[in-house]
Amino acid sequence: MTRLLALAAALVASLVFTGLSMAQEPLRVDVTRGNLDPLPIALPDFAGESEEALSRGSDITRVVTNDLASSGLFAPIDPAAYIEDIENIDLRPRFSDWRVIDASALLVGSVTIQDDGRLVVAFRLWDTRLEEQLLGLQYRTAPENWRRVAHKVADAVYQRLTGEEGYFNTRIVYVAEGRGIEGEPLRQLAIMDQDGANPSFLTDRSYMALLPNYSPNSQEITYVSFLEGQATTYLYDLETGRQEALFSSAMRSAGLDPDGQSLSARFSPDGESLAVSVETRSGHDIHLYDLRTRSLDRLTQHPADDVEPSFSPDGERIVFSSSRGGGSQLYTMNRDGSDVQRITFGNGRYTTPVWSPRGDLIAFTKQSGGTFSLGVVRADGSGIERILFEGYFVDTPAWSPNGRVLLFTRGEPRTDGTRYEIWSVDLAGFNLRRLATGGMASDPAWSPLIE
Amino acid sequence: MNIKLFAIAALGAFATACASTPPADDPEPIEPPRSAEPVDRGPSEPAGPTPGSTEHFVQTAGDRVFFGLDRHDLTNEARETLRRQAAWLASYSDARILVAGNCDERGTREYNLALGARRANAARDYLISQGVDPSRISTVSYGKERPTCTQSNEQCWAINRNATTSIVGSGYTN
Repeated sequence: MTRLLALAAALVASLVFTGLSMAQEPLRVDVTRGNLDPLPIALPDFAGESEEALSRGSDITRVVTNDLASSGLFAPIDPAAYIEDIENIDLRPRFSDWRVIDASALLVGSVTIQDDGRLVVAFRLWDTRLEEQLLGLQYRTAPENWRRVAHKVADAVYQRLTGEEGYFNTRIVYVAEGRGIEGEPLRQLAIMDQDGANPSFLTDRSYMALLPNYSPNSQEITYVSFLEGQATTYLYDLETGRQEALFSSAMRSAGLDPDGQSLSARFSPDGESLAVSVETRSGHDIHLYDLRTRSLDRLTQHPADDVEPSFSPDGERIVFSSSRGGGSQLYTMNRDGSDVQRITFGNGRYTTPVWSPRGDLIAFTKQSGGTFSLGVVRADGSGIERILFEGYFVDTPAWSPNGRVLLFTRGEPRTDGTRYEIWSVDLAGFNLRRLATGGMASDPAWSPLIE
Repeated sequence: MNIKLFAIAALGAFATACASTPPADDPEPIEPPRSAEPVDRGPSEPAGPTPGSTEHFVQTAGDRVFFGLDRHDLTNEARETLRRQAAWLASYSDARILVAGNCDERGTREYNLALGARRANAARDYLISQGVDPSRISTVSYGKERPTCTQSNEQCWAINRNATTSIVGSGYTN
């Protein structure tokens, strides 16, 4: 009898132990499946000693909460459920208070305003089951940069819990679409934080601006401008607002019509050259532009239109779309134009290829029958394509810097014409969300992570 | 106001005329009637347009040729219009023209900018073959950025797939 009891006790103990060891696996969010089971996280307002610090603390918490929720990987818990009031982040939280409301992770923080006005934002990320600190950091910054710091906190939490770099401290350049007094289309470049904050225009209403792309150091963009009547590639310095037509003289020296079209130019990963489609006598061909020597080298020579080039992250290859096979399909080639390989073979028109920052995938738009879709295909053309979104109209995919999320232009028919908005979707095809632009918008360009 | 009314009337006429056009995915070029395009160049003079003016060009030659879905080859009707344009340009030898290629909204942006250039070039090349001096012609592609018709339907898209010729520098001023 006692032996039996002992055995039972041992069994129970082992069960309890197994249960414990399962619970003690470190917190981890799988970015490829996280949407199915978002991680419950508590984010009480960051503490502060003064009213001003408290108010900034709650601003920061709001931004961090919104960032994490927008990824679809985290499920912030309603603050009304919180039991413990966090006043000092240097004391260990009462973990049972957080476990009982099902918070697996707890982010606590504080804001201190220094005598010189600068902010010190400190935070600790806790695993409530292991009762362990996962992360403890502080940032010191000018007071007007509080949003940047909030995004950095969100990026740090995302990185600690997913193992992947975050993408919250980023900006987005896009085309704000509108109509003028006489109904004429307006397309102005605009810039905003990834969460929609701090929007401003980069160009005015007097000419159309389209198809922006970021430089690897986030300081410049290229875009297509109608300032001179014809679609022309421009380089725009985001710090100074200075801009210049890039290729006019290079096109002349290359024997091309200097007034011909030049389209959307994308930077090589080292920032030293651009790949661009330029109008030639026989159509459009991909060219490589050296930003130092300011020379244009022709990479493709096909009578069909070759457009929309995009570099691989190692800078060795370029993907582009071409009508050389009849309908538009996607091709890759070496950066000197050699070794051209077709990578899509499906029915329909494939356009807008963009190489993932991770290197393995290429995002594209596909037009088939009456519908458009956003998809990804392996960069070597093997395997089958994966469709992430299907709808009335899709254009201009843009990768998050960590290659986990895509922004794209989405069009929906309305009685007064098609309405264009920017939407995001993750690589698993989940978490479809509208980007918080003021009005109609298109052509997103996602900045690298801001240092 | 008059212009708007005219545009609506023209669109209505077009819709009726096009009742028998092929379905949207048919690759055959669609031939919108020449008179269908809304004219947005200001009201006509009561006595008829001044010879050599843009209005005169639109009325006597027709300023616009249309293309099939995803096509940049000229239809027979487009060639006829361009022959009339060439004849008009022969009579007004000071006139210089801008040929603008346009696309419908059912394509991605950069693809359409390139397609619009092909349409403009197709019209230009044909005008040159009809004896128009190349130095009198410039071309531009607006892709899908400057649609004539902004509704989301096949009638609108057919109108927006065009190459439009306008008179830009000639001796006369409007």
